[in-house]
Amino acid sequence: MSGGRKPRKAKARILGKVTRMATTPAARKRRSQSDPGPPPLPEPGAAREWLATMLLIRRFEERAGELYAKAKIGGFLHLAIGEEATIVGAARALRDSDYLISTYRSHGHAIARGTSPDKVMAELFGKEGGCSRGRGGSMHMFDLERRFMGGYGIVGGNLPIAAGFGLSADLLRTDDATLCMFGDGASNQGTFGETMNLAALWRLPIVFMVSNNQFGMGTALARHSAVTDLRRKGESFGVPGVRCDGMDVADTHRTIVDALQRARDERQPVLVEAVTYRFRGHSMADPEEYRTREQVAEWRRRDPIALFSARLEDAGVLDADGVAKLDAEAVARVDEAVAFADASPFPAPESLYDDVYALGDQVRGWYSVDERSPGVHRGEDERERDVDPRMQEEYDQHASGPHSGQEERPADAAQDADVGSGGRTHDGERGG
Amino acid sequence: MAVLRYRDALNQALREELTRDERVFLMGEDIGVFNGAYKVTAGLLEEFGEARVRDTPISENTIVGMGVGAAMTGTRPVVELMTINFSLLAMDQIVNHAAHIRYMFGGQVKVPLVVRMPQGAGHQLGPTHSHSFEALYLHVPGLLVAVPSTPADAKGLLKSAIRDDNPVIFIEHEYLYGQRGDVPDPDDGDHLVPFGKAAVRRDGSDVTIVGISRMALTATRAAEVLADEHTVSAEVIDPRTLRPLDLDTILASVRKTNRCVIVEEGWPHGGVGANLAALIQEQAFDDLDAPVGRVTGADVPMPYSKPLEQIAFPHEPQVVAAALATLRDV
Repeated sequence: MSGGRKPRKAKARILGKVTRMATTPAARKRRSQSDPGPPPLPEPGAAREWLATMLLIRRFEERAGELYAKAKIGGFLHLAIGEEATIVGAARALRDSDYLISTYRSHGHAIARGTSPDKVMAELFGKEGGCSRGRGGSMHMFDLERRFMGGYGIVGGNLPIAAGFGLSADLLRTDDATLCMFGDGASNQGTFGETMNLAALWRLPIVFMVSNNQFGMGTALARHSAVTDLRRKGESFGVPGVRCDGMDVADTHRTIVDALQRARDERQPVLVEAVTYRFRGHSMADPEEYRTREQVAEWRRRDPIALFSARLEDAGVLDADGVAKLDAEAVARVDEAVAFADASPFPAPESLYDDVYALGDQVRGWYSVDERSPGVHRGEDERERDVDPRMQEEYDQHASGPHSGQEERPADAAQDADVGSGGRTHDGERGG
Repeated sequence: MAVLRYRDALNQALREELTRDERVFLMGEDIGVFNGAYKVTAGLLEEFGEARVRDTPISENTIVGMGVGAAMTGTRPVVELMTINFSLLAMDQIVNHAAHIRYMFGGQVKVPLVVRMPQGAGHQLGPTHSHSFEALYLHVPGLLVAVPSTPADAKGLLKSAIRDDNPVIFIEHEYLYGQRGDVPDPDDGDHLVPFGKAAVRRDGSDVTIVGISRMALTATRAAEVLADEHTVSAEVIDPRTLRPLDLDTILASVRKTNRCVIVEEGWPHGGVGANLAALIQEQAFDDLDAPVGRVTGADVPMPYSKPLEQIAFPHEPQVVAAALATLRDV
């Protein structure tokens, strides 16, 4: 049997240690002399809303995974299942006028900020009704009205932009704060140190929140970062750090509220490390060679939705039926979103060049090279012209064929074992 | 009219726009206390204060990225990078973010950002401070690209750039900073040069010479040599902006002269001239009596040694020869 054990041993060594929160009462006590104790629950209405939003995100993500397997959704799809507490806890700490900016794993962030799930699902479908009109896709959700300032596909690319929001707040003398979320992998980018330094130097009202889900794609924290105590990674740049339990929505909320207050009132940027875990693969094409089933199972025991449901039941805010009802509502809301996305049209072919530029009263020159060449190159000034018939044919083919949802995505394109298995939930089965 | 140096014309543009619109602010390495590596921002810190004229750490990608974020949220940042080679450190923020954000977010937001920087050879700054990269930025939809060659255009285009709602790559030239030229007096109203409008620097009838950035000056001097020594009448066009590109003016000239030479300081492969030559042959093939000629920088990293450096970018004799080549065997 040693032949079978060797690779496991090697794997265990490679996987290294993960960051854990002290979760038992005794361990919590050891964590710090000034342990503030279990985070307070919000008032019952808010508590129910937090749980409902976490459930909505969970059900949305599960459905997105299924629809990806059915080729309704293209490209990459990064699901945040397991990380709902980091999203909702953080988003609920914000004022409406604060800015939230996130990463390529941000369907839930948009939903938590109030973007209609219809628009998020339609964006995944590449439809005109999507929040980015089908131009951005899974990695580029955006909702200016709700100050959800975007999902960004470049790891670490959003940090300087977040600092720019803080700079605007400074120059325009508003007291809007910015919450910038990114993953543990982004803490190794140059923009991490550069932005920490500038934010601290210029005293910008920003909270940096690193969602430490233990892996930069498939590379474990201890294999990608020399300093695994991520909350300390901003210290040398003048940004103090704190850690919260990213599986506990109330702890995340309390920590971000405190951090936002320091950022807003004291102009002291803070780095919050939220310790969490994603239950699904990095993306849908992830065979998960880099972690063990045991590790995933262990983290699933601290499912943020189950934890918060249990706490609300203990506190008498909700009973099991109440939780089941919220869950059923979430499933129904996702059904509506899918129906909306299905019904939304694909962007019209003549809209291809829309919004490459903001056109005002400038000279109407040749913004997009070369509108007048033969063939497919067209630009802003010739929108009224008919689409090249050869391109129209290509467009029609894709606007009808593979998106019908009747055919399954080829197996090698969707390797997540959970996908297409009938809708797994945080505790195994959908709905009830 | 007043005679100003190119750098002073830029300074005047910045001062006027900072005064006109309080959402405008500047940031960059050593633009404040040091007054700018090329003194373009001299005196502005004193006049407008630290909030609006910000010395930054040496963090190009983050400086530009902060400009992107600030531009998305209601201000109008003007970022100075010390040289265009350093902008390669900010390529992610310029291309993946500044240029794409409006499109990828479905038109919800604008990015009125200006990134200013000098380029060009001739000062023996070697292979990391002397290149000409307008072709890199011209390549990217979503960006506007300005390449002013005179003090008046430097001022008028920079003012237009700051007022534009799109990200603008504003490419100045190290050699040109000290050059003098007439600039309209501020008392005669705002001097704005629109994007997408080429300037005809010299009228002619035998050959069209298109000069990019400093090469517009080289092309004009070459045209004088062509007239004096070869009785060739060259028309010189300075596109002034590469996106948007005023192709109409260039095509009208080519249809008149039936010959064209493009002069640029950058590399030949995938260069501005390569692109423009393709556009001209697509649009005006029947009007051409000779292949479109190109005079470009040498296809090498820029050498330090003075004699080597001098032969690594175009001078008048090469332009004259290229123009004469289009007239051969007619």
